[in-house]
Amino acid sequence: METEVVHTNFKSEEYFINMGPQHPATHGVLRLLLTIDGEIIKKVEPDLGYIHRSIEKMCERDSYQQIVHLTDRMDYLSANINNEAVCLAVENALQLEIPDRVQVIRTIIGELTRIASHCLWWGVMGMDVGALTTYFYGFRDREMINDIMEETCGARLTMNYNVPGGLMHDIHPNFVKRVKDFVAHFKTKLPEYDRLLTENIIFKKRMIGVGILSKEDAISFGASGPVGRASGYSCDVRIHHPYSAIDKVTFNEALRTEGDTYARYLVRIQEMWESLSIIEQLIDVIPEGEHRVVTNAVIKLPKGEYYQKVETARGELGVYIISTGTKNPYRLKFRSPGFSNLSLLNHIAVGGKIGDLVATMATLDLVIPDIDR
Amino acid sequence: MTNEALQQLIATWIPELEFTEAESQFLNIEVPAQHLHALMSQLKSNPETQFDYLFCLSGVDWGEKLGVVYHLESTTHRHIVVVKVATENREEPVFDSVYDIWATAEFHEREVFDFFGIRFNNHPNLKRLFLTEDWIGYPLRKDYEDETNMILL
Repeated sequence: METEVVHTNFKSEEYFINMGPQHPATHGVLRLLLTIDGEIIKKVEPDLGYIHRSIEKMCERDSYQQIVHLTDRMDYLSANINNEAVCLAVENALQLEIPDRVQVIRTIIGELTRIASHCLWWGVMGMDVGALTTYFYGFRDREMINDIMEETCGARLTMNYNVPGGLMHDIHPNFVKRVKDFVAHFKTKLPEYDRLLTENIIFKKRMIGVGILSKEDAISFGASGPVGRASGYSCDVRIHHPYSAIDKVTFNEALRTEGDTYARYLVRIQEMWESLSIIEQLIDVIPEGEHRVVTNAVIKLPKGEYYQKVETARGELGVYIISTGTKNPYRLKFRSPGFSNLSLLNHIAVGGKIGDLVATMATLDLVIPDIDR
Repeated sequence: MTNEALQQLIATWIPELEFTEAESQFLNIEVPAQHLHALMSQLKSNPETQFDYLFCLSGVDWGEKLGVVYHLESTTHRHIVVVKVATENREEPVFDSVYDIWATAEFHEREVFDFFGIRFNNHPNLKRLFLTEDWIGYPLRKDYEDETNMILL
């Protein structure tokens, strides 16, 4: 049926192909309808919804403690940070005083999550453009973080470690030592990443000048995270709306001005260094104290509206809660970074080649469950 | 700008606006549907407000009314405002699109159309985004019923 439509709407030399939903470079079930003329892309239209679970509707049924668990399943590589967003929204609404210990641990775990996510991104992005070795390097280092998470949170991917009021249980006795070991290890490995890929001339020729996004367009399309910052747009939520223990540390916002795929690549590499620095500043000064404040078993938010932003590995995640004073939210909206970042794909891919689209998509770092919430 | 200063300035543009800060951490503006587009373009272009970043666009079913909530931030001044628009017409709810002001609205408005059935005038490509074209009904509405796949509330 679709081809009939194509014949009436397309010029004779243009045709369309499907990329996905099982394309290796889409990392999940994203289908792109490409209109192409030869190898030049004329239009990219994403077709979404293959794994939409309607988490927002489920939230209207669930208690606030249950909602935290659903957020793992959005951007699963930023699971801890997603959990934190809902917990912060609930805690601010209840005006709970959160212990310093909890805030510091949350920030350390959040930055570990960011490094793990960027490691995976670095591995698969190299693979997308034809460098298979990066995949093994990236996963090797991510594995160490997963082991730390497993020991402390009890899970490797969907942690559920944050709960409204604090943390589910205290950190494992090995946590501090293992994190320090990881930081020391990873500091020797990041320069290896640079030698292998960042300064690789073939890689650079694939990346530089491809998929350029201007600062004005980045803001207009609601880009956030490394995608926005690579276009010179200062959009780090940790700087503009600090939360947890971020205001206790100093770090530089990774900013570039080129706006191309290579700039987005460099921003993420620098972010890993900044995350290491944040962890180093906090790991020795975790305050003593309780890991949780007691909340009611049934949490009811006062009538009103609450909004909480956090910086996940992909950008700005927003949680918008409308409460009518009952134990469930009346409406809960997740503003996911991947959704806005995907919306600009057509804008930056048009005029390029299909191979460039793969490189561009790799540096947008899309996680499909984050888009199909 | 502070919320008071914002309110004073914006109130001079369109007299029918209603302002409130109750039950929210931001300044909320309720705008009648016919003034929505004029207000939004003014919020973006006025040098004192410069709301150039639409960071959240949500459809809401308030029971009797259907509406849209826009969260706006200025990347220059770093102030935030929330704009709300609503209609009692549940059969054919329609508002003006703001995609010509913020490009991100194109996808977000399609999502709202998909789940709430709210139409947007002048939208370039208003069709289902997540659900299939033959889906009947709008799942995030409060009165939506699906006998087989219903999430029980």
